[in-house]
Amino acid sequence: MPAVRERGPDVHRAHGRRTRRIVTAIRPARNYAGPRRAPWLLAVPAVALLIVFRFVAPIEGARYAFTNWDGIGPAKWIGLRNFVEIWNSPVTRGAIWNTLKLAIGSVLVVNAVGLGLALGLNRTVKSRHILRSLFFLPVVLSPLASAYIWGYIFDYHGAVNRLLGALGLSSWERPWLGDPHWALWAVFVLVVWQFSGLAMVIFLAGLQGIPQELDEAAAVDGASSWLRFRRVTLPLLAPAITISSTLTLIFGLRIFDQILALTSGGPDNATETLATQVYEQTFENGLFGYGAAIALVLGVLVTAIVITQLVLLRTREARA
Amino acid sequence: MGLFRYTRRTFARELFLLAIGAVFAVPFYIVIVLSLKTNAQIMTSPLSLPTHPDWQNYVQMWKGTSSGTVTIGRSLINSIVITVVSVVVLILVGATCGYTLARRQSKLSTALYFVFVAGLIMPFELGLIPLYVAFRHDHLVGTYVGIILLQAGLLTPLSVFLYAGFIRALPREYEEAAQVDGASLWRTLFRVVLPLLRPITGTVAVLTGLFCWNDFFYPLIFLSGTSKQTLPVGVFQFTGDFTDQWNLIFPTVVIALAPMAAFYLFAQKQFIKGFTGGIRG
Repeated sequence: MPAVRERGPDVHRAHGRRTRRIVTAIRPARNYAGPRRAPWLLAVPAVALLIVFRFVAPIEGARYAFTNWDGIGPAKWIGLRNFVEIWNSPVTRGAIWNTLKLAIGSVLVVNAVGLGLALGLNRTVKSRHILRSLFFLPVVLSPLASAYIWGYIFDYHGAVNRLLGALGLSSWERPWLGDPHWALWAVFVLVVWQFSGLAMVIFLAGLQGIPQELDEAAAVDGASSWLRFRRVTLPLLAPAITISSTLTLIFGLRIFDQILALTSGGPDNATETLATQVYEQTFENGLFGYGAAIALVLGVLVTAIVITQLVLLRTREARA
Repeated sequence: MGLFRYTRRTFARELFLLAIGAVFAVPFYIVIVLSLKTNAQIMTSPLSLPTHPDWQNYVQMWKGTSSGTVTIGRSLINSIVITVVSVVVLILVGATCGYTLARRQSKLSTALYFVFVAGLIMPFELGLIPLYVAFRHDHLVGTYVGIILLQAGLLTPLSVFLYAGFIRALPREYEEAAQVDGASLWRTLFRVVLPLLRPITGTVAVLTGLFCWNDFFYPLIFLSGTSKQTLPVGVFQFTGDFTDQWNLIFPTVVIALAPMAAFYLFAQKQFIKGFTGGIRG
């Protein structure tokens, strides 16, 4: 990032002024004193949007969280009662756990798969370009629409059960999305399919920043491929790991579309997450205050976990 | 040094990766094949290649549902309008503000830059309910203006952040030269700065366009049940009307995925750059 630059030579400025005077005679231009004087007016629309959407609205939302507002009548301040209810209700408490399980599980597995794919596809493999495109494709597609494909795959009459039947494992067939024990796993598989490509491209970008000579030098010194990975590649991938795990964590904590398409939070609330609960409590049950409280829990959770993770990984990066 | 030669082990690795690739591709195969079969065929032989592709599914899907919700065609148009206008707004707003933040070297601009970063982290779910209430009050729910304002508002920090970072690394000499030649501010901005911003504008457009196009949460709340509903909301309602009729659901899914998939094949580099910009930058 360039620091404050020295001002240009004065001759330049004088010359500029003179030229401008001539030009002004032809076409009256406003006084423009160069890039350093970019008018604040230019920043106003973005700043206004920022303040309204990212500060005023969330702060207002945080205030609703302490009321029993139903969206129409007057709101009454009820202190922490919404949060007590969130903790006491098995549905919302389950939603917190499901959110954490999905997010943490996806951070670990998505990044492991993504790293494996990136290492495998970094060099030499002939089909690497087409495979990279394929693995990244799910990332850019509508999570809602693509989730319906998985809805069929896990359907009772769907692909997984047909495959099991064909393999003579009919006893393993089950309604994957209708079984409270398995539904969250189905969502998890979809998440891995959807986001591994994202981790992969981030790791590939990181790998491309590592000079080949380092790897070669280590190999010449007789380091095994595992040792080269552990001591050369992995430390240099630290920034990529930070970015990839933070992004997948945020996507995991906010998961909504995939759930609504696959299970709508069912069966028996087994796949409710905080985001689906915000939607249901607020817009289906009309509990605006309670919904805002769940949104506050989600927001605080996202911010706290992401900041913790960034701090931890940054210290690791610094040590590496 | 045979470290990067194609050896037998590389071949084994290639086969292994191709196998994983095949697994990843299964959903795409399923959605296309099943969209061309009748429901009876789906029950008997779902995964075989369709011998007689049945385009009737697409015809019926295009006509819409009996329950009178908006057709998929209309949802497609809504999605295009909303995404394109939102992206244009985000480019204008982001580039102008990013320029000011990057070129002004004052305490205020630095502070403002960090306010934008804070805005990026700020949990936006919290703002959802107040925004819904305000939009309902101002009759913006179910309108193009409302959803575009919402998308632009939510994605502005991202756009400003990307532009400001890019412009900081951009030499000032071009603008100073334009100024020396007597160009006005607007002329400098449009003729000198904007063309220099083309690479980052591509990234901003692709990234924010992707988020707008695929967004489901906000359109569901702000547009659901209105004539302005976007493609994901349309798919959601359509599948609700035709539960388990995969032969009708899958043509809708194909239509919903195809535009972005096509665009991706065409501008793949931009997509990947958008998501990995933070690594090398």
